[in-house]
Amino acid sequence: MSKIYPIDSIRQDFPILRREVNGSPLVYLDNGATTQKPQMVIDAISDYYTGINSNIHRGVHHLSQLATDAYEVSRAKISQFIGAAHDHEIIMTSGTTGGINLVAHSYGNEFVHEGDEILISEMEHHSNIVPWQLLCAAKGAKLRVIPMDERGVLDMEAFQLMLNEKTKLVAITYVSNSLGTINPVRGVISKAHAMGVPVLLDAAQAVHHIALNVQELDVDFLVFSGHKMYGPTGIGVLYGKENWLNAMPPYQGGGDMIKQVTFEKTTFNELPFKFEAGTPNIEAGICLGSAIDYIQSIGLDAIAAYENDLLNYATESLLTIDGLRIIGTAPEKSGVISFLLGDIHPYDVGVICDKLGVAVRTGHHCTQPVMDKLGIPGTVRASFAMYNTREDVDALIAALQKASQMLQ
Amino acid sequence: MTINEIQDELIADFSFFEDWMSKYEYIIQLGKELPLIDGQYKTDQYLIKGCQSKVWLHADFRDGLIHFTADSDAIITKGLVSLMVKVLSGHSPEEIADSDLYFIDQIGLKEHLSTTRANGLLSMVKQMKLYAIALKKG
Repeated sequence: MSKIYPIDSIRQDFPILRREVNGSPLVYLDNGATTQKPQMVIDAISDYYTGINSNIHRGVHHLSQLATDAYEVSRAKISQFIGAAHDHEIIMTSGTTGGINLVAHSYGNEFVHEGDEILISEMEHHSNIVPWQLLCAAKGAKLRVIPMDERGVLDMEAFQLMLNEKTKLVAITYVSNSLGTINPVRGVISKAHAMGVPVLLDAAQAVHHIALNVQELDVDFLVFSGHKMYGPTGIGVLYGKENWLNAMPPYQGGGDMIKQVTFEKTTFNELPFKFEAGTPNIEAGICLGSAIDYIQSIGLDAIAAYENDLLNYATESLLTIDGLRIIGTAPEKSGVISFLLGDIHPYDVGVICDKLGVAVRTGHHCTQPVMDKLGIPGTVRASFAMYNTREDVDALIAALQKASQMLQ
Repeated sequence: MTINEIQDELIADFSFFEDWMSKYEYIIQLGKELPLIDGQYKTDQYLIKGCQSKVWLHADFRDGLIHFTADSDAIITKGLVSLMVKVLSGHSPEEIADSDLYFIDQIGLKEHLSTTRANGLLSMVKQMKLYAIALKKG
């Protein structure tokens, strides 16, 4: 790194990191579930309600103009952050799950028919499995699963063989939330496009760890959540290429998404409003823009380099513990380390860690098929964010040593 | 002993622990000592699904009393299961159905009965009471 990473000032920006849990300083390593919020985002939430709260895209009055402007400025920031060609390709959703469901319904209704196939991978989060199962059940289509090996590496040869003229969509995660695998998304997209098949990327675990550009990736749909990237809960983004979004029917009906309504016929609004029925989560939409401002003030490349270094340090440190087994050993990983401590149940490890102020996630991480494949009840997962330190890793190691001593 | 007498005894036992660690070491010990459920009952039919740890529960009705045996795949959950069995097993359906399990709160383990813990314990207590209510009516 050319510049020294400002870890001390970053930690100062996240007030929750100063609190204690069970009498110990908080060590927050559950960032894969949700990240903490910088003061800038917390202030933006308060500022919105203090200064400009009103409904957007409707009123001619001053406050409505201010709120609408702030919301649309945020949309433009998101668009610029992921390198979209047009701001109207940014659809505000309730989160990653909301975005996937939108595509499953809307794209699925128009383009998926009986006998067609949808491809997902074996390492998907339940939210990138269940919407496709529901779609396939409704349409008489088939859900096919691209296998991974025991390291958590996607089988690209199998993928190539599974692509055929019946394939209507490939929906795959960029970074696995339970194993940390970074999937070879460029290869996935180019192979799919060679067969004329569009690709949806679940970027929930990627967009705040890896700088990405949707035009350069040439991805058709990309979904992510605000709360996993230092923003508020209840807001997420669906990026879609303009031609796909225009070809898809609306998802939900209601206010804001219409042009003209009579009882005989309704004409729909243009992008992005066609897919944004009803009053959205205005405050969260605006404050997601603040979270992006914050990330960009540090620089995503600097964050990624720092987090990679921390992930390597954590991996090396964990492997010094007797009987510890890392689950997910793909050569390219980001943000997440899953592991098991001897034969100890992950739940027991999580309880002892919590008692020592260390927040980790335990269980199947909403990827039950991954756990079934590996024949384990779940894992302990430490997941990192821009504000974690080597001291956090050391505290985790100490907690695991205590857990091992108590539970063996 | 009545259910409440057993609860009061547990509360007294736990009051000797000075910190969380000795308390949890005791629970882990209880988990290790819990008589295993008969293998034939460690099946899906007797499984109470938590999101994270599994609990198996079997009830046996003999001479007007319900006898519980249980198991879990996580040792801390198993220790807590052991406490529940200790308190509720060997009592009449009426006593179990009407019982108020105040000891969990008093010994500082209430967090394990919260829904976010997803350890199957809350569902197990409900299931124990459901058995009692069913037998009470019968």
